[in-house]
Amino acid sequence: MENIDHQKVFDAKIEQDANIEAKDWMPEDYRKHLIRQISQQAHSEVIGMQPEGNWITRAPSLRAKKILLAKIQDEGGHGLYLYSAAETLGIGRDELIKQLHDGNAKYSNIFNYPSLTWADIGAIGWLVDGAAIVNQVSLQRTSYGPYSRAMVRICKEESFHQRQGYEIMANMMAGTADQQEMAQDAMNRWWWPALMMFGPHDTDSPHTGNAFKWKIKRQSNDHLRQKFIDKTVQQAEVIGLKIPDNQLKWNEEKKCYDHGEINWNEFYEVINGNGPCNRQRLNNHIKAHEEGEWVRKAASAYAIKQKSTVSQ
Amino acid sequence: MKHQEALLTLTLRLGDNPLVLGHRLGEWCSKAPILEEDLALTNMALDMIGRAEVLLRYAALIEGKNHTEDDLAYKRGERKFYNHLIVEQPNGNFAFTIARQLYVSLYEFLYYSELMNSKDETLSAIAHKAIKEIKYHLKHASDWTIRLGDGTDERHHKMQEAINELWMFTGELFESDEVDEQMSELGIAPYPADLIGKWKTELIDILSEAKLSLPEESYMQTGSRNGIHTEYLGYILADMQYLQRAYPNAKW
Repeated sequence: MENIDHQKVFDAKIEQDANIEAKDWMPEDYRKHLIRQISQQAHSEVIGMQPEGNWITRAPSLRAKKILLAKIQDEGGHGLYLYSAAETLGIGRDELIKQLHDGNAKYSNIFNYPSLTWADIGAIGWLVDGAAIVNQVSLQRTSYGPYSRAMVRICKEESFHQRQGYEIMANMMAGTADQQEMAQDAMNRWWWPALMMFGPHDTDSPHTGNAFKWKIKRQSNDHLRQKFIDKTVQQAEVIGLKIPDNQLKWNEEKKCYDHGEINWNEFYEVINGNGPCNRQRLNNHIKAHEEGEWVRKAASAYAIKQKSTVSQ
Repeated sequence: MKHQEALLTLTLRLGDNPLVLGHRLGEWCSKAPILEEDLALTNMALDMIGRAEVLLRYAALIEGKNHTEDDLAYKRGERKFYNHLIVEQPNGNFAFTIARQLYVSLYEFLYYSELMNSKDETLSAIAHKAIKEIKYHLKHASDWTIRLGDGTDERHHKMQEAINELWMFTGELFESDEVDEQMSELGIAPYPADLIGKWKTELIDILSEAKLSLPEESYMQTGSRNGIHTEYLGYILADMQYLQRAYPNAKW
């Protein structure tokens, strides 16, 4: 009987657009769904540091190096907020990392693509963070309080990242022929994976049903993808970049762009571990984690020792 | 030596140290033992690059050849770099990086505390900003030295080994030449050799709290004051300068 009352309270809160907080009762499936989604996002922030970190030592100016370092720190900081948000649901960071290493938790597919030239740092900031923002803005109104508040903070920083990425691309497009070629090449390689970031078409998206009912997710994959395309096409045109899609066309009736079909075969292959960098990214994370074990142990042993010294 | 030449050499030395150490710390990205440390190490890299930027900008101004800070960072060859050998040493394991940070931050803490009183207004202003960061770097390094040193055999051994391995590069921090003499006489910069006593006393304090021993006196490496480096610097510059060298006409 008690459970039914809890369920009613929960449903009423969702109905009224009130936040669910960590101490509130929530259905087990809601909790699970959130843990899966938040941890995936946290892991994405952390794994996403790798393709960008790949260019720290080679950034072409001191200013660019500073911006890149600061950006990567922001991403790591987002990972920390999100791990904390997941922890409010009763799961520790160690367990979440274990799930990542076991392959039971995912991270965004986009980071399984390589960052090959400096223009990729521009493309990642502009397109990848740009796509992430569209999704995250929508998640600011998600029903779970700690998650929603983390998203509000994250959105502020991500929009700054997107501008920085765009600035790199704009500078390169205003530069030498080599730079323009590099920028267009990065655009060609990152455009389609960026569109894939929104996930499968609404008709093929397995998690959509409950996520909508519980207001974890507020807008559909296709809706968000369209929003991203519509704002990005113009930005590309302004700096002279071509969108690598022959079928891209303004649809006057619908007031949005029609676009070519996404290569879903590639999408599922990458999700299933066959992207160019899946093994590299995960192995790097595992290696750092394993090599750092003695350091983490030392820190916790020392903390215990300090505590016992104080209590004596 | 002309005043301008001495001031330029001093400023390049001061700028090259954080440039190269910032490079090394940046290499820790996605490799640290825990996310918080990944952020701490790259945050220190950011402090270092920021400091290098203002110092090299000042060096370019003193030089008076219309160069920018980026020209000095990205277009100088390895024989014209004046950073201490210790900052170009590879990161090694976490203990090794901490030992390098400890030696350097303690030195920088003493050096920049005095540089704040420099009669050169630009250097004094730079030192005022840098000292806040250096205090944090020193605290970070000494906290970790104690955590690792004052632990089980394995940890203690790794930390002691790192302290010992890097010892031969510490003598160079206190080398003082004609430039230092001239600059200290004018009240522009401290005389490095004068700092060694304090450095050792404070180091011994930290090491004894960490239950580590001060390495025995041994032969000290030298060279950077004349632009002579270990083999590592060439690779650092090949990496750092790659885009600027490959596309000399490009602006980023």
